[in-house]
Amino acid sequence: MTALKAGELAPDFVLPSTPDQKVSLAELRGQPVVLVFYPADWSPVCSDQLGLYNELLPEFSEFEAQILGISVDGIWCHLAFSKDRKLHTPLLADFEPKGAVARMYGVYDEKTGEAGRALFVIDPEGVIFWSYVSPVGINPGADGILKALAAMARRNREASPKLMDPPKQETP
Amino acid sequence: MNESPSLTPPVSTRDHSQGPANAPLTLVEYGDYQCPFCGAAYPVVKQLQEALGKKLRFVFRNFPLTQAHPYALIAAEAAEAAALQGKFWEMHDLLFERQRILEPGILPVWAREVGLDLEQFGAAIREEGIAKRIKEDRTSGIRSGVNGTPTFFINGSRHDDAPDYDSLAVALQQQLEGI
Repeated sequence: MTALKAGELAPDFVLPSTPDQKVSLAELRGQPVVLVFYPADWSPVCSDQLGLYNELLPEFSEFEAQILGISVDGIWCHLAFSKDRKLHTPLLADFEPKGAVARMYGVYDEKTGEAGRALFVIDPEGVIFWSYVSPVGINPGADGILKALAAMARRNREASPKLMDPPKQETP
Repeated sequence: MNESPSLTPPVSTRDHSQGPANAPLTLVEYGDYQCPFCGAAYPVVKQLQEALGKKLRFVFRNFPLTQAHPYALIAAEAAEAAALQGKFWEMHDLLFERQRILEPGILPVWAREVGLDLEQFGAAIREEGIAKRIKEDRTSGIRSGVNGTPTFFINGSRHDDAPDYDSLAVALQQQLEGI
């Protein structure tokens, strides 16, 4: 399975984030979205990948980016995990049909029946700007995401200066 | 793409370090005083220092996980305030050795115990310099690819194996032989 790459359209999906709420990727158009596929809730370390992103929400919010965690765990598992780790990012349940969204993005691991550790930074138009699949067992950290968000913000500013900043504030 | 992320910025005189500046090995830890895994890594680092002696320089940078650990930031501030009186490592050690009973109210007691001037200590924590320094450490950690705590770097490269004695000792030894 090959993960989707930069330049490809991010496939749309609707997944539950709580027992009575769903998140639709299409509804997040207009802002950057970071998809964080991960194998499972309850990994045996504190300050794991999601915990780290949770700490870095101020940095992500500078780019107005919405972070979404996705695993094949069910919604009640996500709720308990979120509460335990005090996570503020939505965790989406790619539970039924199992791993369907992970498969669409090319990051489902058939052997383990879990999503791999993969990151997708999606631009406000819904196109993948950057993607990264981490080696098994290695937490990729946040530097790649933040660099991608910064590069995307630069590109968007150059492409449409009127929409972003008044011309006066543009650096000469 | 699978290359280990590298330490940015490199170790400088700004850092808190133990061991010779020209040591062939430099071990950098990004840590959080309230993180139990950093607490577990604390005696590991001591053991490595003992085993490697002058071949090892150890550097500690702050990476407080303030969402997960409510006292991580105040503990980091206490160590940095102690540093202004030349007692960084004394406070650093005490914070890890007594991690289980860490709480803000006890910090002045520990500050007195390591011989700090309490008035200066309190004033330093209230000033912006320390908060700024901790933030700089954090930013450098993010740029370096810190992915949790503790994260170790050996001669600038992230150590992706377990932060236990055997794994770190082997990695350091390999680095030493490669030089």
